[in-house]
Amino acid sequence: MEILHALIIWPDKLLLSLLVLFFIAVPILYGARQAMHSLLQAVFRAAGNPLRLLSHWLFKTAEVLHERNKQVLLARGREEVSHSIVKEFEHVTSLVDRDLHGYPALQRKLMDEITRIEEEFQKCGEVPPPPPEWTKAVAAIAKIKPSSDGLVERILEDISNSIDEIYERVIAEYRESAKQRHDILKGFMPFWRSVDRTLKRVDKDLTGMQQSAAKIDEQVEKYKQIHAKSEKAEHSLTSSSTILFVISVLAIMIAAGGAFVNFWLIERPMAAMVGGSEYIVGDIQASYLAAMVIIFFETLMGLFLMESLGYTHLFPLNNINNRMRRWLVWISFSILLILAGVEVALAVMRDMIISADVALKQELAGGAVMTGAVTNAWALNIPKAAQMILGFTLPFALAFVAIPLEYLIHSGRAVFGALLVLGIRGLGFAMRFLSSMVRQIGKGTEYLYDAIIFLPLIIERAVLNRAPRQAVQPSGSSRNVAAFPKHGEHVL
Amino acid sequence: MLVDTSGTYSQELDKAQRVVSYMLGTLKSGDSMAVARVKSRSFSEKDIIAKVTLSKDPMQINGQKRDFAHKIGIFKADLKKGSAYTDITGGIIQAAEFLNETGAGQKTILIFSDMQEELDYKTVRDFPIDLKGIRIIALNVTKLTTDNVDPRRYLGRLEWWEKRARSAGATDWRVVNDLEHLERIFKGRG
Repeated sequence: MEILHALIIWPDKLLLSLLVLFFIAVPILYGARQAMHSLLQAVFRAAGNPLRLLSHWLFKTAEVLHERNKQVLLARGREEVSHSIVKEFEHVTSLVDRDLHGYPALQRKLMDEITRIEEEFQKCGEVPPPPPEWTKAVAAIAKIKPSSDGLVERILEDISNSIDEIYERVIAEYRESAKQRHDILKGFMPFWRSVDRTLKRVDKDLTGMQQSAAKIDEQVEKYKQIHAKSEKAEHSLTSSSTILFVISVLAIMIAAGGAFVNFWLIERPMAAMVGGSEYIVGDIQASYLAAMVIIFFETLMGLFLMESLGYTHLFPLNNINNRMRRWLVWISFSILLILAGVEVALAVMRDMIISADVALKQELAGGAVMTGAVTNAWALNIPKAAQMILGFTLPFALAFVAIPLEYLIHSGRAVFGALLVLGIRGLGFAMRFLSSMVRQIGKGTEYLYDAIIFLPLIIERAVLNRAPRQAVQPSGSSRNVAAFPKHGEHVL
Repeated sequence: MLVDTSGTYSQELDKAQRVVSYMLGTLKSGDSMAVARVKSRSFSEKDIIAKVTLSKDPMQINGQKRDFAHKIGIFKADLKKGSAYTDITGGIIQAAEFLNETGAGQKTILIFSDMQEELDYKTVRDFPIDLKGIRIIALNVTKLTTDNVDPRRYLGRLEWWEKRARSAGATDWRVVNDLEHLERIFKGRG
């Protein structure tokens, strides 16, 4: 400000002083125009170029990170699909082992039984044997005309009687035979039902196998897409990762709620055990830390239990054999059980402390301790029982947090990776935007400079235009020199 | 907690006992508490009626609290006549000493008084006191007859004590007259 004041020629005539200063400055500024333009360009380029470079680098980094994320995502997806396919094949193998193992024997049995049924049916379908030859003789005798000859009548009568007798016997035999066949058929009913059931079971098993085959086909198709690194597979995996992440976060939050309840359940008795007046750091009491350690220990044992049971794969336990794994299961389960027992004991202790506190407060308030007021003493045990049940079940419930935790870790990698790429791209865009702004400001400053020295520029233009065209225009150029450059054009 | 036993204020002991009972109910293991009387000259250990530092065992804590309440009850029963003067400053200095000795993280002095200090001509209390890191809460600050005539006296008295407490380094100054809501005493306690 002092320099500005010193430059003012007539302090009492500010406007005039400024005008004179302007007219003095304009020829100087005109003379320095080229140098100033170069300086301005250099300055703004110095500011804009690093931003552009940074933007370029950020976009490149985002691209590399995206590619890396894609590889990780596809690798994870490939692993999952492979696992699913293996699982389906194992399912099919077990189906084959369990159901199709006895199929040859079953088929042979079925064929035998069907042959028997056919034979029996053929027998059932047999017509009675044709009448013997003597029936022809009877027919010939029957043609004899009745006469009064007593001998003939007698013969005929004997024949008739014999035939009637034989007929009755044959009919009886025939009926007996039909009855036997009907009995045989009746005896076949349970077998038919059994055959029906067997065939239905076979049908069901085959349907199950067909479904498994369809699933395998589906998974194989997915695997092919992942192997081909298709966009569809990537989008599908990203989407499923995001959904898994959200679900896992929700599950973890619910588990955290359970842990919070558990914490307050054991904090008070822990204060009695480790001392409520002991502080570790700041306002953090030793009892808080002790209660938290128990809960973290329970969660850790839960993780080990789930891991050794094969539900999760957070730790590299593939190297240990099944015997060791069983040991791990039993050890972690035993510790979890012991901790659950400890929590039950703490719940009982908490109830005792609270009861004593309530009694003391009543006493201090001047009232008699309410011992006989509650007639239903069993009702007082309900909260205690509830606390004990909670204390026992919560450690086991916390064990299951391992499953969502595993999904959270795996899906979190994809989600955070995608978010990071998005953030880097956003930053890159911001850098590019800033770089562009700096460049535009640089150009604007040059135009502003030219606007200040507009008068000499107009004179220059007029002089150059009045001069012979050949002298004004450089060889190869047909344009007039403009006082002000067009948009995007620099006159140096 | 300082309990004013001077003059007519000694009739407020029932309320003081209620406050003590409430306070005992809120104490936790490791907490310390003392109740001292404010009389003509209060800067003396003999004026401490009862004091306790609660142990870690919750069952033992209840016993300690019962003993404490019992001592307060005996004191109340034995007090027949109020003192002639009121040495609140002496009581505050004594309380600050006790609290600093305990090494407690949070220190609070509860003053159960009308905050009208009256000293005999020999007692000297007009010197700066040190209440750094201590919170002062005045309880049941009853209005005197003169306050009723000119309420500015009452307000001025409270203002004077607040200024004195804060200039002595007290972290907070509060007045709680509604003894039906004693939970407000430790409202915002860390």
